[in-house]
Order: sequence, then structure tokens, then C-alpha cells
Amino acid sequence: MNRNALRAFMVKEFHHILRDRQTLTILLMMPLVQVILFGYALRSDVRDIRMAVVDPTPDHATLELQSRFISTNRFRIVTTSQTPNVIEPLFRRGKADIALVFDPDFASHLRGSEPARVLIAVDASDPNSGTTYLNYTRAVISSYQAELSTQNRHVQIVTETRMRFNPTLESVNLFVPGLIALVLVLVSALMTAISLSREKERGTMEVLLVSPLRPQQIIVGKVLPYLALAFANVLTALLAAWAVFHVPFRGGVFLLLAESILYTLVSLALGVLIAARTSSQRAAMLAAMLGTMLPSTLLSGMIFPIASMPSWLRPVTYIVPARWFIVIARGIMLKGVGLTILWRETLVLSLMALLLLAAAMRSFKPRME
Amino acid sequence: MTYWAPGLAGAAGESGATGAANGFAIDAQNLTRRFGSFVAVDHITFDLRAGEVFGFLGANGAGKTTAIKMLVGLLAPSEGTAHVAGFDIRTQREQIRRNIGYMSQRFSLYADLTVRENIRLYGGIYGLTPRQITERTTTMLDTLGLSSSADYLVGMLPLGWKQKLAFSVALLHEPKIVFLDEPTGGVDPITRRQFWELIYAAAARGTTVFVTTHYMDEAEYCDRISIMVDGRIAALGTPTELKEKFGAESVDDVFVRLARGATKGEAA
Amino acid sequence: MQSLRYLLRKEFLQIFRDRFMVAQLMLMPIIQLLLLGNAATFEVKTARMYVVDRDHSEMSRGLVDRLQASRRFVVVGSSPSTDVGNQWILERQTDMIVSIPADFERDIVRTRTAKVQLILNAEDGAAAGVTQSYARQIIGAYANELGSELPFMVSTASRASGAAAVSSVSAQPIEVRTRGWYNPDLNYRDYMVPGILVQLVTVVGTLMTAMNIVREKELGTLDQLSVTPLSQSAFMAAKLIPFWIIALIELTLGLLVARFVFHIPMLGSIPLVFAAAAIYLFAALGIGLLISTLVETQQQAMFVTFFIIMIYLLMSGLFTPIRSMPTWAQWMAQLNPVKHFIEIMRAVLLKGATARDVAQPIGILALFGTLVLTLAVRQYGRRVG
Repeated sequence: MNRNALRAFMVKEFHHILRDRQTLTILLMMPLVQVILFGYALRSDVRDIRMAVVDPTPDHATLELQSRFISTNRFRIVTTSQTPNVIEPLFRRGKADIALVFDPDFASHLRGSEPARVLIAVDASDPNSGTTYLNYTRAVISSYQAELSTQNRHVQIVTETRMRFNPTLESVNLFVPGLIALVLVLVSALMTAISLSREKERGTMEVLLVSPLRPQQIIVGKVLPYLALAFANVLTALLAAWAVFHVPFRGGVFLLLAESILYTLVSLALGVLIAARTSSQRAAMLAAMLGTMLPSTLLSGMIFPIASMPSWLRPVTYIVPARWFIVIARGIMLKGVGLTILWRETLVLSLMALLLLAAAMRSFKPRME
Repeated sequence: MTYWAPGLAGAAGESGATGAANGFAIDAQNLTRRFGSFVAVDHITFDLRAGEVFGFLGANGAGKTTAIKMLVGLLAPSEGTAHVAGFDIRTQREQIRRNIGYMSQRFSLYADLTVRENIRLYGGIYGLTPRQITERTTTMLDTLGLSSSADYLVGMLPLGWKQKLAFSVALLHEPKIVFLDEPTGGVDPITRRQFWELIYAAAARGTTVFVTTHYMDEAEYCDRISIMVDGRIAALGTPTELKEKFGAESVDDVFVRLARGATKGEAA
Repeated sequence: MQSLRYLLRKEFLQIFRDRFMVAQLMLMPIIQLLLLGNAATFEVKTARMYVVDRDHSEMSRGLVDRLQASRRFVVVGSSPSTDVGNQWILERQTDMIVSIPADFERDIVRTRTAKVQLILNAEDGAAAGVTQSYARQIIGAYANELGSELPFMVSTASRASGAAAVSSVSAQPIEVRTRGWYNPDLNYRDYMVPGILVQLVTVVGTLMTAMNIVREKELGTLDQLSVTPLSQSAFMAAKLIPFWIIALIELTLGLLVARFVFHIPMLGSIPLVFAAAAIYLFAALGIGLLISTLVETQQQAMFVTFFIIMIYLLMSGLFTPIRSMPTWAQWMAQLNPVKHFIEIMRAVLLKGATARDVAQPIGILALFGTLVLTLAVRQYGRRVG
């Protein structure tokens, strides 16, 4: 009898989800849109550097150097001025990225024996871009300089770099595993938390708790449809990544899918726990948001490397399930490794799943007062 | 499902209390509402005298709630006209809202506010002064015997008390007409009796009461009743008149006889 | 106006009655900022390095020493062949292999040019990129050091270009000085914290607003309110203002954390930041309000909002520069209030931009806010049958 009850209950949950076309559409589209955004829009390569030139005494040497910049196609000179006053307002308004300030005696010194001076001022408020601009600028100047110079004491050590598993550092390749982690948290933790607290808010949870269904079955019934939905999401995200962006897929698909289910279970359990501890949908949403979404984005290594975090913060990332899943997903997709290497992460996730599921089951015991 | 938004009433002037001249609290002419091809309310015509307790009966799905929603301005009619407290339901919604109270079958006070806070909120919305609010709160809580629970969250009160409180809050601004949409659903018989005492007290003060119910014993308490079947008014009169007309023992009998012929009825 | 006061009181009572939620609203953003402010950096403090030295010369050891002396790299293993190293990379035991070929020293002495191979685990691309650039810098510096130690030598290139010019040009003709304005230490955190603050305030504010009206719909109290003489604008205002105020309070707390914990420079005018925030929040929360009028359940509200916020955040320049995006994406970004506000925050706080400098984005935000709020009110009005 109980099995039939459970089935009926699950059918109800599926109906809830399927009937709500709006949410369903969004849920299914979200991974697609994200993959496309990550693939097309989110890149950090620098193409168009806007340069302000301060040249108090224009001369063929300074003009020559400027034309070098233009001919790289990477630089665009937005203004040329004789005083450095122009720089500050341009930087403040974000209209220039870098300023090249020639010494008044630049050209004469260049022909003489004193060093000719040039100052590169860069808007370093974004240090990453700033450093990149600076490096490009330096490169142009030193190649100019190298041509002028005929003596050489220079030793060159050519560094040849091989970026293994992602030779071009293509950002889609890096983000897709993280994206899957994010979408799974969203669908499982957030959805479950909201849907359960909705039943609580409306009083239907009490009806369910007095029904012949055991609390565990209620949770299973609540959770399984979202598991299915989450699975569909993983598949769409992977397909999009593979078909549109040719993200490599070196390892076992089944292993990845199995690991995804494991990770989804962890997230679902978290969602149930959140719902058990909150009294309204909006409180549940906030808790799920702050407790699962943000850590999964920012403390998981998805965007910012864990190695970059201060040493006190790194242990905190250990309790973020996404951190482990991302290692697994990247390992399988980019490196093509299997369980022999990923067993530790898998073990951590399994333990988390067991612990959290047990806690979730307990949290929904009908209260006897 | 259409939802209203507060204050949708246009800028119709305060002048138009034309219908009030005929002395009716409500008069409806051929009021109709369609949802697509489904006719929920089908050309109903009736009127209510001021101070009357009017029972609006019908099976689930007969169109009662739709009719009420049109009268209180939650739904626009597809056809027909009606005046409530002398104001046109199409053009003078704002004035209507100032003059009516409404209590729906869905519990409508805020569960996460205390009794006192709920009263203050609705008092404030209806433009009562802080002094009026304080005075009426005290009177109301005394009458209901809720004084000691004034600072309890409404969500913690038993259902019967909640309903009595909701009714009293609907009367807080002393409306001309109060609409009660199945106010006693799920309430025990003793509380129901107390509830009806509150209704009579309000009517005695001159408030017109428009109440829907499917407890037929309650229908007997009304001055007049109408019975809706399939969106039409199948019978209208005092309980005694209707019993005579249909040769029935009770309003219940009348109702069952009429409702048996229904085609939509419980299906909805 | 009177009813607005009562409604606002009600909204605040409801919000503050849920202590758990208030705690989350106030405390969590601070905690999040503390954590995320520290997490949001690409700097790699120490990378693990595996050494494959086939040369075993003084120079090859010097290279490894320099890498280690920088404290950016720790040697975790070494062997004469890359096989073990490769396996270690696969197992995430090391981040980089530096492979020095045999004849490294001989090549430098004879030809002044030698090769070194770096193999990085690019599984984490951001970290790999950064690690690589550190290594290159250190190796480059080492090359210069070797250059000044080795006896003078005329390179083949200069011989070809003719010896006549040799004496007429100075050895270092151009002296390049550099200055990183606004952030001379290149502290990435200074750049990220204002942006993360915007993210937190936006996410919390917009979601809460979006769920607020639907919540009354679900609870059934909206019907009750709708038969009262309450005006539509008062109702909308009462739904918007509480979270507007809460978001501003959150922003204040966040700025305090930014100032006193992260020591983020605040060069510009703080009142300007708040003026911009006040306008921005009308736009951001207005989106929430608009969504709230379009959906039927809180769950829907949450997902629609989340979907939109996610696109907004990814396209806001928070994580990757807008100017690196393709043109169509840059155009889309113009319609993104989050982008404009992050820009304003960064410009005012880090660069000391004045009201005139940020007048354009503030104007866009004001326009956007007006548009969204008008739409929300109109959409709401259309709901009556």
C-alpha cells in the first residue's frame, strides 16, 4: 500500500513541476543560456587598449613609437596632448586604459647619451587588465628599443609553455564543469527547499505527515522528481558545451553522470535541511541562496582558484560540496581520469551525501508534542 | 485567475451616488461574467435593502464567488450593471471600496502579525485616525473576548477566533455593506452560532450583510435568500416564501431540489 | 499617504518578525563579503613545482633556486624524466613541471639562448595562467642576471646590422618607468570587493522584492487588500520601500566591512556612492517588482528573478572585463543596471570619480529605474479582469 501511496505522491510532484511551464522553461533553459554566455561573452583576453599619449615635444622619434603602437592593432590612441593633465579625467571616466607620457627631452636624449625617459601610467583599478596592458605596452617599447640598440649583452631563456588539458586556456572548458555544479545546486537545493517550505507555509505538509506515507517517503517523493530534472539539466549543459563549443570530453560519460547524481543527492539533502529549519518560502530561499549558491560559485574554485585563497579560508572550501564535484568533473572531462585518481573526492562526496541524507530524514520526523 | 491590484478604480468623482436614491444597498441588473466560453454568472438580477441580511446560496461552482468578486470590484463584469452602496461597480470602484467590508473564505488576516497589528493595519488602510483605531480596537477585543490575546500572532489563534476576528476587522471602518464569502467554513457549531450573533448585531446597527454559505441551517437565519444554480438565480425570497413555494420542509429541501437539476454544480 | 505609513509598518513588522530571515538579511551578506572578499582573487600564493633537471649544471640549479627563492614556488619532487611529473599533474600532486634540458648551461654560454619547458596543469585555467606568468617573470629576471654576469658579447643580430652604429647609440636608450594608478600594489581585492558588494545587495534585494507581492497572492491576503480603498501606488511603494531601505543598510554595513576589514581605498565621495545606490536600487528592485506582477507563485518569482540576475551578473563586468566581450555582448551590457552600478562603485571608490564623471551611468540608471517601475505599475494595473 505504501508503495502505491509513494507513487501517487511522486506523480503529484511531477505534475507540480510539469504544469508550471514557466519555471520548467527557465529551468531547462538556464544551463543553455549559461553555457552560451560563458562560451561567447565571458573572456578576459585584451584586444582593444585605449591609450592616451602625452607628448610635449612631438618629434619623429615619439611619432614613430606611437605608430608602432597603432600598427599592433591592439592599441588605439584616444587622445594626444602636450600636458599630462588629461590623463586623470580620462581614467576617472573610464575612457582610457593606459597613458604614455614622453619626457620633454625624449627625442634629444634618444640621440644623445642620456637615457630617454618614458612613463607608462596604467589604470590599475582592475589589476588583472592593468598588468596585461602594461605588459603589452612594455613589449612594444622593448621591441622598438631592440631595433635601436645594436649592442647586446642579453641572455635569453626561451620558456616554452605547455598548458596541459586545456592548451588555449579556453574559458568554456574551464567553466562547464563549474556550471554543472551550479545548475545542480540551483535545481536541487533551491527547488527542494522552496517546494518543501511551500507545503509547510500552506499547511499541506501536515496533511502529508498524517498520511500513511512515512516521512522518509515524503522526502523521497519530493526529491526524486528534482533529481530527474537535475539530470536533464546536466545532459543539456553537456550537450550544449560539446555541440556548440566543442568542449573536450575525455573521460567516461557514465562516471560523470553517476558522480552528478551523487552530488545532486548532497544538494537535495541540503535543500531538505534548509526547508526543515525555515518557516517561510522567502526565508528558505534566502538560506538556500546564501548557504549553497554563493559558496558554490565563489568558494568552489569554479571562478577563483582555491590556491589563491588565504590559508585560513582554504579549509572552509572543504565543506563546500561543489569544490569536490568540480575537481571530479574537470578531472573526467578535461583530463580523462577515472576513479583511480578521483576516489578521494568521490569518497568525500559520498560521506557528505550519507550524512546529509540521514540528517534530512531525521529533520522531517512528524513532531510528537 | 485574475487578480486585482489595489486602487485600480479610476478617477471617478465622489458625486455619483445616484443609485443610493432608490434606497437599495445593492442592485444588480443582468450581471454576467464569462471565462472564455464558460458562463460563470448568467444574467443575474437582484437587489438588497439597507440593513438586510441576505443569504447567497448555491452549490460549489454555481457562481457565488464570481458574483461576489464582481460586486466588490475584484472582477470586471462581462455584461450587465450593478450598484453597490449607490456606486457603479464599473466606474466607481474606489467609492465602493470605502463603503464595503469583505471577508473571504480564504483566511485574510496576516498570520505573522499580532491581533492588534492586524487591526491597526486595516484601520490605517481605511483612513481611521490613530485614536479611532485605538478606541475601536479596545471595543472590538472586549466584544470578542480577545483582549488578553491582543498581542498574540494571529496565526496561533484557533480557526473560530480567527474568523470572528476577520469579520470584526471587516467591520472596523463601519462599512454600509459587508460581504462574507463562506465565513463559517470549517467552524464548530457553537462558534457558528456566535458568529451569527455578530452578524445580527451588525445588521441591527444598520449594516447590510451579504453572506454566502452552504450550511442550510444558516440560510434560515437570513432575512432573504437567493439560490444560484448554474450561474443563474433559481429562487429568491424569504426562507418562508421559498419553503411555501416549493412545498418543502426546510431550505435544505428547496436547495436539494433545485441543485439536483444542475449541470455544472459539483463538477467545477 | 496615511495608508502607506500603515502598510510600511506592516511590511517591516512582517520582515522583522521572522528573526531568522532578518539575521540572514543583515548578517549573511557581511559574512559572505568577508569570505568572498578573500576568495575573489586570482593571485596564486604558492604553486607546487616538480623539477626535471637533465642538465645538473650550476645554471640549471640557479634557475630552480631563483624560482624557489621567490617563495611563489615550492619544489615538491624531482626526477630526471617527465613521466613521474606528468603522473603527478594528473593526480593533482603538482601544479607545474619545470623541465630543463641537458646542455642548458652550454647553450647559454655559447649562444646566449637556451630553452626551458614549463608544463602546467591547466585544469584550473586561471591559476595556471597566473602561475605561468610568475614563472616567466622569474626566469626572465634570471636571464638578465646571467646576461650581466657573462662577458660582453656582440650578438649575431647586431653584427649583421653593421658595426658602424655600435658606438653611437647608448646601451639602454629608453628608460621605461611604470605607474599603476589607483592601485599601485595591484591588489585584486580592492577591485573585487566593491563589485561583490553590489552582487550581494542586488541578489538579496531583487529576490526579496520579487517574492513579496506573490507571497500575498499565495497567502490570500492580496484579495483582502484589493477590496480596500488602498491606492495602487501606495501598495507598490509599500512593497518596494522596505527592501530598498534594507538593501541600503546592507550596503552601508558592507562598505564598513570593505573599509575597516579590507582597507579598500575610498577616494571619492561617499554621499555620491549612496546617491547612486539609491537610484540603482530603484532600478534593481523595480525588476523584482515587475517580475512579481508577472508570476503566480513564489517559486516562479524566485526562478525568473534568479535567471535574470544570473545573466546580469555574468554580463556585468564583475568577473571578466566588459571590453573583452564581443560587440553584441557589450551592447547588451548597456542595458544592464548591475554593470553601470559596479562601474560607478569602482570609479568613485577606487578612482575618486566625481558626480560629473559618473553622470552618464547614473543617468542611465535613473532612466532604467523609471522605465521598469512604470512598466511594473502598468503591468499590475492590467491584472483586473
